[in-house]
Amino acid sequence: MMNHSETLAARIEARFGDQMNRVASSCGELTYEVGKDELSKVATALRNEADFGFEMLVDVCGVDYLSYGSDEWITESATGTGFSRGVERKPVILDEADEFDPRRFAVVYHLLSIQNNIRLRLRVFTGTSNPPIVRSVVDIWNGANWFEREVFDLYGILFDGHPDLRRILTDYGFIGHPFRKDFPIIGNVEVSYDSDEGRVVYKPVTIEPRTLVPRVIRDDNRYSADLKDIQKDG
Amino acid sequence: MAEIQSYTMNFGPQHPAAHGVLRLVLEIEGETIQKADPHVGLLHRGTEKLAETKPFNQSIGYMDRLDYVSMMCNEHGYVLAIEKLLGIEVPARAQYIRVMFDEVTRVLNHLMWLGAHGLDIGAMTMFLYCFREREDLMDCYEAVSGTRMHATYYRPGGVYRDLPETMPKYAESKYRSKKELDRMNSVRDGSMLDFIEDFTKRFPACVDDYETLLTDNRIWKQRTVNIAVVTPERAMQLGFSGPMLRGSGVEWDLRKKQPYEVYDQMHFDIPVGVNGDCYDRYLVRVEEMRQSNRIIKQCVDWLRKNPGPVIAEDHKIVPPSRVEMKDDMESLIHHFKLFTEGYCVPEGEAYSAIEHPKGEFGVYIISDGANKPYRVKIRAPGFAHLSAMSEMVEGHMLADVVAVIGTQDIVFGEVDR
Repeated sequence: MMNHSETLAARIEARFGDQMNRVASSCGELTYEVGKDELSKVATALRNEADFGFEMLVDVCGVDYLSYGSDEWITESATGTGFSRGVERKPVILDEADEFDPRRFAVVYHLLSIQNNIRLRLRVFTGTSNPPIVRSVVDIWNGANWFEREVFDLYGILFDGHPDLRRILTDYGFIGHPFRKDFPIIGNVEVSYDSDEGRVVYKPVTIEPRTLVPRVIRDDNRYSADLKDIQKDG
Repeated sequence: MAEIQSYTMNFGPQHPAAHGVLRLVLEIEGETIQKADPHVGLLHRGTEKLAETKPFNQSIGYMDRLDYVSMMCNEHGYVLAIEKLLGIEVPARAQYIRVMFDEVTRVLNHLMWLGAHGLDIGAMTMFLYCFREREDLMDCYEAVSGTRMHATYYRPGGVYRDLPETMPKYAESKYRSKKELDRMNSVRDGSMLDFIEDFTKRFPACVDDYETLLTDNRIWKQRTVNIAVVTPERAMQLGFSGPMLRGSGVEWDLRKKQPYEVYDQMHFDIPVGVNGDCYDRYLVRVEEMRQSNRIIKQCVDWLRKNPGPVIAEDHKIVPPSRVEMKDDMESLIHHFKLFTEGYCVPEGEAYSAIEHPKGEFGVYIISDGANKPYRVKIRAPGFAHLSAMSEMVEGHMLADVVAVIGTQDIVFGEVDR
């Protein structure tokens, strides 16, 4: 017997074919990549058709894949020079480029079907345009309104057709999109009260960046795909 | 003289009924709300970005500070997502402890909600009654984790330590007589499970007390019946979850529908509202407290009979005990590696959702195989609820705004993150 999510996967395969591409998952969750032009059509069908019935949009999440898979320590071979503290400040990349890597920004949608009791994840890459832009789903799921505002605020991804695309979480007058990977964790400005001017002023940030634990990727063979098969056979 | 049609009013961010730092810009005609524009983010701390810069375990403490009235439930969502990625098994006893503390947390949250909601719309006494019971449960938090609020008790693989054999006691003081002190400490002589069991015995009578004060109270009903009615279709469309969805009559509870830990072995009922107004949501939450009490009792009974490990044995993820560390080289290495570098989580992504007291609390983690998450997204139930604020208050009076903030059970720690 096929389980719940495989049944859904088969239905999606039959209905959408090439419009949705399945992404492999290690923990049994269904993830599909959808082209940005097909998003509205696919989303409407997923909500309206009884086979799917995703009447609820649980979450919209922006992702910046800029530094995916990069680490601060090299762990492949032993070091001859010792380890750095991993705090070298990377040059700030200004987002004035005409084009982004097409797989840099993505918007991830988590859908829930209450009638069929199943979840689904959609991922849409925003393509090369600067600023990145995707079609809004507010008209399909009204609850997307604030979630999309949040993604816009934190990642600078625009949503075409959104009724009220304003910043939501950051301060009034904030500059930049703080969750982009090239936005430093310490920020760019700091605020203080200037008693001479009698008001709060913004200054360039003075604190030094620091890393307490460097980012490390270790090739752990417990998780490698070929060894897993051997363990299963044995 | 020009006739003024409508005017704009600012509500908050410093307002006792704003439940923290909500700023509302209200468009009002007379005393009727035409539009509400909530400004949030005044408590934004960038939890998700901070989590990206820390090893997985170091962010558990941040989770407590999201919804700071239901601390352990937030932790639960986060550790479940990590466990899903790591694919590790949690010992049964740890699962029962987690379920028990999730329900303790639910009672804590609902008591806070009931007290504050009551206070907001004129039922002063509720606040004092609710905080009396809340204090006992906070003591349980303290006994098990050492702190009353930000516990950091759940860890990937289980919980930090087993339930304590003693409860903290009230100290002698010149403001308390000996007799009074003995009375207060009389239930604290046994273990923590004894204390919780005693609590589950007296708590239903306390809920009866609250209901006597409110359920048939004329003023309470005038303030809540038919206020902010949400139809089930709208509730789903707007992404509601938890009591907000059930209050509208949708029977949806993750503990029943997509059970995690040992909820599938628990006996409890899901209360569902009929009209989708503030009063129904009140009834749903009050009944949830009774049901949580049932679950806590079942967990206590099981935990008494079944001693065992409370955290997984896998020392690649769970640090060995300090005693082991002192005389075993292997343990020392594991301990050192886990506390300096942490553990690497296999590449992949996972979304885990739990039935948080406020609704569906989800944590979505993307890992690229490093010792830190690549991206953590926290799906806070209050965020979706607050986004429907304008729709819920439209056409109501100014004073009802406070009732709606109350019924949504908003806490800014999780809305702003």
